[in-house]
Amino acid sequence: MTRKRRRLTVVFLSGLLLVTAAALVLTAFEDSIVFFHTPTDLATKKDLQIDRRLRVGGIVKKKSWNKQADGLTHAFLVTDLTHEVRVSYKGIIPDLFREGQGVVVEGHLQPDGSFHADEVLAKHDENYMPKEVADALKKSGQWKGEGEN
Amino acid sequence: MLHRFANPTRFLKMSNAVLPWATGLTVIFIGSGLYFAFGASPADYQQGETVRIMYVHVPSAWMAMFAYAFIAVASAVGLIWKHPVAHVCALASAPIGACFTLICLTTGSLWGKPMWGTWWVWDARLTSVLVLFFLYLGFIALANAFDDATRGEKASAILALVGAVNLPIIKFSVDWWNTLHQPASVTKIGMPAVHFSMLTPLLLMAVGFTMLFVVLVIVRARAVLEERRINALRSARIHADTAQNVA
Repeated sequence: MTRKRRRLTVVFLSGLLLVTAAALVLTAFEDSIVFFHTPTDLATKKDLQIDRRLRVGGIVKKKSWNKQADGLTHAFLVTDLTHEVRVSYKGIIPDLFREGQGVVVEGHLQPDGSFHADEVLAKHDENYMPKEVADALKKSGQWKGEGEN
Repeated sequence: MLHRFANPTRFLKMSNAVLPWATGLTVIFIGSGLYFAFGASPADYQQGETVRIMYVHVPSAWMAMFAYAFIAVASAVGLIWKHPVAHVCALASAPIGACFTLICLTTGSLWGKPMWGTWWVWDARLTSVLVLFFLYLGFIALANAFDDATRGEKASAILALVGAVNLPIIKFSVDWWNTLHQPASVTKIGMPAVHFSMLTPLLLMAVGFTMLFVVLVIVRARAVLEERRINALRSARIHADTAQNVA
């Protein structure tokens, strides 16, 4: 085996070892790498149901957004289409917050199963288009994105 | 093929021929890209005018990863086949890649505040890109940490190869874990997730950024090669002088 071939083999094998190690680490830490949990996770995973700070993500259920007269107190349902959780929040919400739109809320789960958020982040999808195109798609019934129909 | 470029003199000759073309293409593509990005493209149906940040943010994110992949491949070639120009190219690309990463992080932050409602979150995509930035800094620091340039090249090349494991993590972070960052738009299979009118400036800018990278790498690699030649000449002269003095 020439020295070049030996160096090539060493680099290749170390690379393989490294990728395997990285994959194992990332799989083991999966629960802490996820940015948010889904309402289904909240309902099924026991270790999430204790009082600790966590993030819940999903879609703001349509016609569930209840905004108080002070403009700051909000209540809405976050759903992943299987389970849903009631969220209460007092503060300013981002511009992109809409019913039918993705959202991530951060706060504490309450004993009654509802969620008290102290931070609300809007999540947007990967679709970009001019307003006219979005309107035309909605009109022709081919709309596949998020947002109100 | 690779052996042809391993010769510094041939590399300098080749790069002299490529440089004016790459410079011209950079000006044309970034110029027309900016025209479409700021003028001849529509506002987004949800994000409004803010969507124009995408035309800088996304190409610099691609270049941040492309530059790192280039450094990793060049480092592997340098380690395995001992081609001196490969190491020089890797060293020349590192600050450029770091710059693209910083642009990506900054514009992303400026975009995140109005859209998500936050400058920064520790989700998998954002964190892995920040790690990429630190890898660039580590690579540059390690390459310059040795008095002997060849030892620095070797150590930093190994770091570059180890860090390459981060590239697939960045790319697939949005698919493997749930993140605040949205999934890929342009490489999405099936219906393109970016409308044609917005894809035009995005792709023009991406080609322009790639050409800019080529130009900057050539200029910087040439500077490194010339610097080494000057150092070699200078030390040859010092040796000649001392030999004369002794005699």
